[in-house]
Amino acid sequence: MGFGRITSKNAFVAGLVLLILILLASAPLYASAYTVIVLTSVLMYVTIAVSWTLFSGPTGYISLASAAFFGAGIYTSAIIGRALPLPLVIVLGGLVSFCLALLVGALTLRLKGIYFVMFTFGLVELLLHFILWYEVNITGTTGRVVPSVANTTVFYILLMIFVILMVTVSFIRCSRYGLALQSIGENEEAASHSGVHVTALKIIIYAVSALFMGAAGSAMAARWTYIDPTIAFNPLISFMPVLMAIFGGIRPLYGPVIGAAIFTYLEQFLITRFPYYYMLIFGIIMVVAILYMPNGIIGLAQRIREKSLRKKYGDT
Amino acid sequence: MMVTILNIVISGLLLGGIYAVTAVGLSLQYGVARVLNIAHGEFIMLGAFITWSAFTLLGINPLISLVICGPVLFAVGYILYRTLFTRLRISSPTPGAFEGNSMLACFGLLFIIQNVAILIWGANIQGYTYLTFSVDFWGAKFAGNRLLTLGFALVICLVFYLFLAGSRLGKAIRAAAQDPDTAGLMGVKINQVLALCFGLGAMMAGLGGGMISMCYEIQPTMGLEYTMIALIVIVLGGLGSIPGSLIGGLVLGLIGSIVTYIEPGLALVAYYVIFMLLLLAKPTGILGK
Repeated sequence: MGFGRITSKNAFVAGLVLLILILLASAPLYASAYTVIVLTSVLMYVTIAVSWTLFSGPTGYISLASAAFFGAGIYTSAIIGRALPLPLVIVLGGLVSFCLALLVGALTLRLKGIYFVMFTFGLVELLLHFILWYEVNITGTTGRVVPSVANTTVFYILLMIFVILMVTVSFIRCSRYGLALQSIGENEEAASHSGVHVTALKIIIYAVSALFMGAAGSAMAARWTYIDPTIAFNPLISFMPVLMAIFGGIRPLYGPVIGAAIFTYLEQFLITRFPYYYMLIFGIIMVVAILYMPNGIIGLAQRIREKSLRKKYGDT
Repeated sequence: MMVTILNIVISGLLLGGIYAVTAVGLSLQYGVARVLNIAHGEFIMLGAFITWSAFTLLGINPLISLVICGPVLFAVGYILYRTLFTRLRISSPTPGAFEGNSMLACFGLLFIIQNVAILIWGANIQGYTYLTFSVDFWGAKFAGNRLLTLGFALVICLVFYLFLAGSRLGKAIRAAAQDPDTAGLMGVKINQVLALCFGLGAMMAGLGGGMISMCYEIQPTMGLEYTMIALIVIVLGGLGSIPGSLIGGLVLGLIGSIVTYIEPGLALVAYYVIFMLLLLAKPTGILGK
């Protein structure tokens, strides 16, 4: 996994991470309001993509339920947002998703391959249509207004979620649980025979990844101010993290971060420049990325570096 | 009472016929070509809009349009597989990786097709009237176009089944479904057969779309819903089984019309609940092994 290589450059990496964090944290001081809003979206997608990769990266179970966990956070925020202070709302949003994921995980993680994919995607659509039906027929109103919060506050909350997420993920990856997850992805039966509690581990890690998605959702709800089921349970949120992670590269920790940052920036850029064609261009980029960069940008960069090194030192 | 029951059953079968045709297409694409085509509904939408344009702009009878949009979509599907998916299949290290990658590529395709359609036809809901005279069944009334659609759906499924069961090419397709590598060793031109299956799947989607446009309103964003329904049907009937898709389609149509009778807004919710329960209890479907 390249941890050995990283330790030799430990100080450099730590310095770089610290510099990026300081730059990000002080962004509202020097950057325009628009930049802060874009950075908030970037952090949102980065959080979802990294959480997705935490579970689906090593295990190879492609979960398309991200929108369900994100949406559960949004709805928690919309329902209790007025009654409780914001930090508590965020934590509760995360916990609701955590519990939902525990339930879903306990039910479905014995499904293999494509059936798991279908189930998780069905979950998003089920929640969307059920809440839509509930709002139309029982409460009689679709959509809710969420008490709004200043843009910079949302930005700082997401930054905090992001930092906690990165610490958690790197901790899990370095621990024996990270290795166990990896072994599940390579050969689940062998992992189970070697003493890994396969099911329990899968469910817990799945729920932890949902926790962060839910927290990000309840933070974003405060920025959007108005939400309805089609916004909260947008299937796009299920697919984007997968694409972002693959685009960036699933293996290294920073792969999904880079993928999500580039994709979100690209999205913002295309929306403002080509409002009518942006989804079309986006689709083309997706297809091209999957076709030509199977290991993501990181893989592409490594390949180019290897090629240039080979040119420099000759073939060995 | 009798009339109500008759009404529910027949409208369920009518709905189910369309579901079956689209599901047979997806079943072929996933069961043989191993592509979980998330953009399946976009091919349905294309079929619907081609039929609609031919009818409103050129005055072509929708039934004749089916003969046009079938081959057109077959060509689109075939070319897509020969270029995009064959490349992906070669570059993916394992069959599992190919399933994941091809599904994501289909998600990109979904965006591309949907937005091209919006650029061509606009984002509005469209529709036309064709054969809307009513037919009386012991007091229950049905529109002519619905009945015609059901008849067509059954014929298409039957022809398709006979093709797979009887013809030489059908045999090659079934061999490729069981084990592509071994089939290739036995002289089946595997890339060609897989592309053919994907093309045939797109063709079925196009035919289904043409029939949908005769009965329902259409719009460029309608695809995902039909994709999900087709997915539910193939899980219900068993992945890769043509008779299973037909039965699954009719069963789902019946469930849909019963739920719609009790509580109109809950049909889709009911589909998903059944889908998820089925995945938990018996993922191999009604006819699955």
